[in-house]
Amino acid sequence: MTVPVVGGPGGRPPQPPLVQLLTPEGERVEHPDYSIDVTPDELRAFYRDLVLVRRVDAEATALQRQGELGLWASLLGQEAAQVGSARALAPQDYVFPTYREHGVAWCRDVDPVTLLGLYRGVNLGGWDPAEHNFHLYTIVIGSQTLHATGYAMGVQRDGAVGTGDPARDTAVIAYFGDGATSQGDVNEAFVFASVNNAPVVFFCQNNQWAISEPNERQTRVPLYQRAAGFGFPGLRVDGNDVLAVHAVTKAALDRARRGEGPTFVEAFTYRMGAHTTSDDPTRYRIEAEVEEWKLKDPIARVKALLARTGQAGEEFFAEVEVEADRLAEHVRSACLAMPDPEPVSMFDHAYRDPHPLVDEERAWFEEYHAGFEPAAAAGEVQR
Amino acid sequence: MSPRTTTIAKAVNEGLRRAMEDDPKVLVMGEDVGRLGGVFRVTDGLQKDFGEDRVIDTPLAESGIIGTAIGLALRGYRPVCEIQFDGFIYPAYDQIVSQLAKMGYRSGGKLSLPVVVRVPYGGGIGAVEHHSESPEAYFAHTAGLRVVTCSNPADAYFMTQQAIRSDDPVMVFEPKRRYWDKGELDPAAEPLPLHAARVARPGTDVTVAAYGPMVRTVLEAATAAGAEGRSLEVVDLRSLSPLDLDTLVASVERTRRLVVVHEAPTFLGLGAEIAARVTERCFYHLEAPVLRVGGFHLPYPASRLEEEYLPDLDRVLDAVDRALAF
Repeated sequence: MTVPVVGGPGGRPPQPPLVQLLTPEGERVEHPDYSIDVTPDELRAFYRDLVLVRRVDAEATALQRQGELGLWASLLGQEAAQVGSARALAPQDYVFPTYREHGVAWCRDVDPVTLLGLYRGVNLGGWDPAEHNFHLYTIVIGSQTLHATGYAMGVQRDGAVGTGDPARDTAVIAYFGDGATSQGDVNEAFVFASVNNAPVVFFCQNNQWAISEPNERQTRVPLYQRAAGFGFPGLRVDGNDVLAVHAVTKAALDRARRGEGPTFVEAFTYRMGAHTTSDDPTRYRIEAEVEEWKLKDPIARVKALLARTGQAGEEFFAEVEVEADRLAEHVRSACLAMPDPEPVSMFDHAYRDPHPLVDEERAWFEEYHAGFEPAAAAGEVQR
Repeated sequence: MSPRTTTIAKAVNEGLRRAMEDDPKVLVMGEDVGRLGGVFRVTDGLQKDFGEDRVIDTPLAESGIIGTAIGLALRGYRPVCEIQFDGFIYPAYDQIVSQLAKMGYRSGGKLSLPVVVRVPYGGGIGAVEHHSESPEAYFAHTAGLRVVTCSNPADAYFMTQQAIRSDDPVMVFEPKRRYWDKGELDPAAEPLPLHAARVARPGTDVTVAAYGPMVRTVLEAATAAGAEGRSLEVVDLRSLSPLDLDTLVASVERTRRLVVVHEAPTFLGLGAEIAARVTERCFYHLEAPVLRVGGFHLPYPASRLEEEYLPDLDRVLDAVDRALAF
């Protein structure tokens, strides 16, 4: 079903059609181009993913409030966009995330605790990208879209597109937000991907706010329409509809794997929380807007469908809640147990091969610290 | 291959060719590097021999070149990017400094970024604005990058290959006005390590350190000084990050005087860092303060003025005189 979205005030352009397969009320609807067959097991699995990633996110926000994390970038409201797209990935596909893709990380089997290292300040990104085919979080807005495109160009050179072998053909997905579409790097990524016909899906979560700046400050046209100018397809999907996101992303990934080139997917969603824990959205947006989007919650609609069609009952929902609490407890206790890195470890890995200056500074640092040890001990005795 | 006389541009070309033959993962990418062979013809013939997948004519977007090279490296390739002119590197500055330099560190050593960025640099070719700059200090200042520069065909040939073999990102600054300078190349010779400096001309009175395009200028100054009975020791630094201070310090301990020469402005340039470090290590050996000869604190001027702007033989000798007068 194509849902026309009413245009906003202030001369905003009329809102474009939206691919939707599950309404906010939990009603399954059909779309002429995209369809999805979900078994009860699959639908329950989506629900479980959505609830768990929201719970991890809430726990991380709480940990930040309690001083255990320096910062957290909440995904609240964007669970369906992330889970729906990430569950469409094949194991060999490769993901280039922003710093908010905790739900995608979950689907790539990255332990949520590992995500916290960056925000706690004990490392700059603790997981092994090659183990999960999930790159490190990129903080500079939009940079990773070029990395994704280059990676996809490598996939082409490896002959890992268009072979017809589902275990070999590989797609790359680049996540980014609405603000990023203004970046030169993102536009350059579109150009490079287009002229190379690279197997990359540009997955834009349009949560409508780039910190304090609404879409109107980034664009005069719906974002997905940008793709046409670069020469590849773009479309807008209801980013709070996990089924539609899944169907649309799967089609885009399949297209890339067949060697037919890039696709721009605009997942139209809403950032329910602040940009990060350092942000105060009450300074720039009205509560009524948030309340309106609460009615489009990505989890509530799946739960409604499961309940109404008898694919899950109270027992299942309760089980998922228990699992979510257990996961949150794991995240909390593992976060608190995360040791601070040894100071001298800051000298590791700036280079792979020896670098005399770094070696010299490391030696100085060690000697300098060693010089303090007796004095520090004496200080303790005095106290 | 037998020893022969060749140019720096051809030696880089041969170095690239050799690296591509040795390792199928090596790619060359940049603006006009394919069909045209590069605006300086440094990549001439490579696309014909290695194909469009390995010698990539990229869109005209420098950030895109480096950003996609990073992605290719993450997929296991060893891209060699050409930035067409020094002054065009700034659109790629963010990808180089924030991504290329830091990504290995960010990953705790799990990722390696064997990307080479080749940059024809420096002035003296009568070019229009943005085609004559010496931006090397920006990159030497950035941890995570290695920065080297060649001054002769043999170094051009070997350093190109060594940079490509490095698992760290390497910026290779090529002295564009010396591209057509000739010199001996023996491909069978044993090269210096990539990050070693070299005493290009032994001497006893003053050490003059230079790199890239200024090495020839300084060698010519040393010849002129020699005619006046002054013996200059010329050190070709070759590597700007890391610096081979040991070779330089050993020279200064012999000559007790140091002049550092580069085209880049002296303020916060390599010469400033070298002066500080050599002074720390050689304080009691020095008979004179370390002097610098370089560009003025100006945007690169119009080309009719560049001969006045760029350090030349006389400005080098002027600094040598001042060092000796102390």
